[in-house]
Amino acid sequence: MKRYSVFAIAREAMRHHTGWERAWASPEPRPSYDVIVIGAGGHGLATAYYLGKNFGITNVAVIEKGWLGGGNTGRNTTIIRSNYLQDPSAAIYEKARSLYETLSQDLNYNVMFSPRGLLMLAQTHHEVRGYMRTVHANLLQGVETEWIGPDQVKRLVPIMNIHGPRYPVLGALLQKRGGTARHDAVAWGYARACSAMGMHIIQQCEVTGVRAEGGVVSGVETTKGFIGTKKLAIVVAGHSGQVAEMAGFRLPVEAVALQALVSEPVKPCIDVVVMANTVHGYMSQSDKGELVIGGGTDSFNNFTQRGSFHHIEETLRALVETFPIISRLKMLRQWGGIVDMTGDRSPIISKTPLGNCFINCGWGTGGFKAIPGSGWAMAELVAKGEPGPLAAEFGMDRFRAGRFIDESVAAGVAH
Amino acid sequence: MLILECPCCGVKAEETELSPGHEAHLKRFGPGSSDEEFESYMFARKNPKGVHFERWRHSYGCGKWFLAARCTATLEVFGTYPAQTSEPPPDIVARIKARRPEWEGCK
Ligand SMILES: Cc1cc2nc3c(=O)[nH]c(=O)nc-3n(C[C@H](O)[C@H](O)[C@H](O)COP(=O)(O)OP(=O)(O)OC[C@H]3O[C@@H](n4cnc5c(N)ncnc54)[C@H](O)[C@@H]3O)c2cc1C
Ligand SMILES: [Zn+2]
Repeated sequence: MKRYSVFAIAREAMRHHTGWERAWASPEPRPSYDVIVIGAGGHGLATAYYLGKNFGITNVAVIEKGWLGGGNTGRNTTIIRSNYLQDPSAAIYEKARSLYETLSQDLNYNVMFSPRGLLMLAQTHHEVRGYMRTVHANLLQGVETEWIGPDQVKRLVPIMNIHGPRYPVLGALLQKRGGTARHDAVAWGYARACSAMGMHIIQQCEVTGVRAEGGVVSGVETTKGFIGTKKLAIVVAGHSGQVAEMAGFRLPVEAVALQALVSEPVKPCIDVVVMANTVHGYMSQSDKGELVIGGGTDSFNNFTQRGSFHHIEETLRALVETFPIISRLKMLRQWGGIVDMTGDRSPIISKTPLGNCFINCGWGTGGFKAIPGSGWAMAELVAKGEPGPLAAEFGMDRFRAGRFIDESVAAGVAH
Repeated sequence: MLILECPCCGVKAEETELSPGHEAHLKRFGPGSSDEEFESYMFARKNPKGVHFERWRHSYGCGKWFLAARCTATLEVFGTYPAQTSEPPPDIVARIKARRPEWEGCK
């Protein structure tokens, strides 16, 4: 792999850009691998990357039914934060956030991490108390967040109307090193680095069955034939239930649609990410100038990657009160993704009833921010067969034990 | 927009009038059951991509619960029926089989 650098740009400028290589190879599958990862979203690719980087396991295939990054990884609103309430969540999301800080250098690929600051607005007294509690929890967890009053919110976001009338802004939880990154670039950067280590990324290849004998997986049936493996990692987000069924077990997961939309591009007007959980809306501005907007999930089981129109209406109605200047903006595009929701709204990084099969899912509406940390933890689980400290609490046995990691109260909104 | 006919009051209700109640026909396990049974009753879900039987409440209408058979991949509705039913009625099963010959039945 040729490195990207300022010298590479200069060199290619001199020779009409004829020397750029393909970022990753498109090989035909081998008969078998040491590890197969199903799903080339951010989490699957990061799992493969850290298997190679941290454990020297490179005889790996990542199998993807569509194109890499075409699932939720390429459909999300790219918010990155780690201001969670519970200790296990703060640990893994902060690990991820801190890996994002140097990910571009690590991958030699610009993922455009932009720690522009993230505000979670408190618009009820209940939320004020909740976020103050989170600030204290974060202090103990070593996650840098602070509570700020309405005046300071207004200073940070001049276009915000803090006076309501329905939902005045009473303050906010600020994480200064939260922000955004370019979602496709995260998938592409990991894919390029995996390919450079000799791993196979096999796109347009759907896994249709899992072959197992005596509680041990021997390989997967795919649209390109049978492929053998010593270990299997299932990392397929919205389709986790379907692949788990192929492997013969059931998950505490349901799939629902989550939508997002972007406005026409406008001049820079907001340079932080703002989340308003009471009214269910959040917004940031992309480098192209579009306002990137998201809201709540449709609450019924749904695999259509669309979502219901009235949710967009609710989200925009709420945001127009808080940001009156957006009321006459045109919306350019709207889309949906299928998110995998668990009972406690926390993810699963777990062993399964099959000895050499592992699963990573349940990131639901908020897993983009977790990609590097999740891949790191999943690689450790797959390599050693046992979870390390980051993943230990996220086993799916927690539902039987009643040991929930309850973030549904803390996270409130989809993001 | 999803439209379901409420079998209690007969109104063709649109989604904004309804609240979803997720998987129907769950077998309840309570005190005295094993941990596995209780866990699977509480958390494990079929979550099919295709035919799904589910509970709905006509919350901004008559307020009553009812059941619906629906395809989660296309949003096609096969029919609705009263909540006081322990398995899908034969006419709805027949309609699903006609529309989805590959359907393996209620697992
Ligand atoms: C609208 C929206 C907004 C969001 N906003 C945010 C946000 O602001 N911040 C945040 O942190 N998170 C956000 N999320 C959540 C985030 O996008 C996801 O949690 C994350 O991208 C999940 O990554 P993944 O790699 O697990 O899944 P995916 O990217 O969905 O990858 C799974 C892959 O598996 C493949 N696959 C499935 N079945 C098979 C099969 N049988 N064989 C082969 N391949 C298969 C799929 O094609 C897919 O490419 C948002 C999600 C949505 C939908
Ligand atoms: Zn009714």
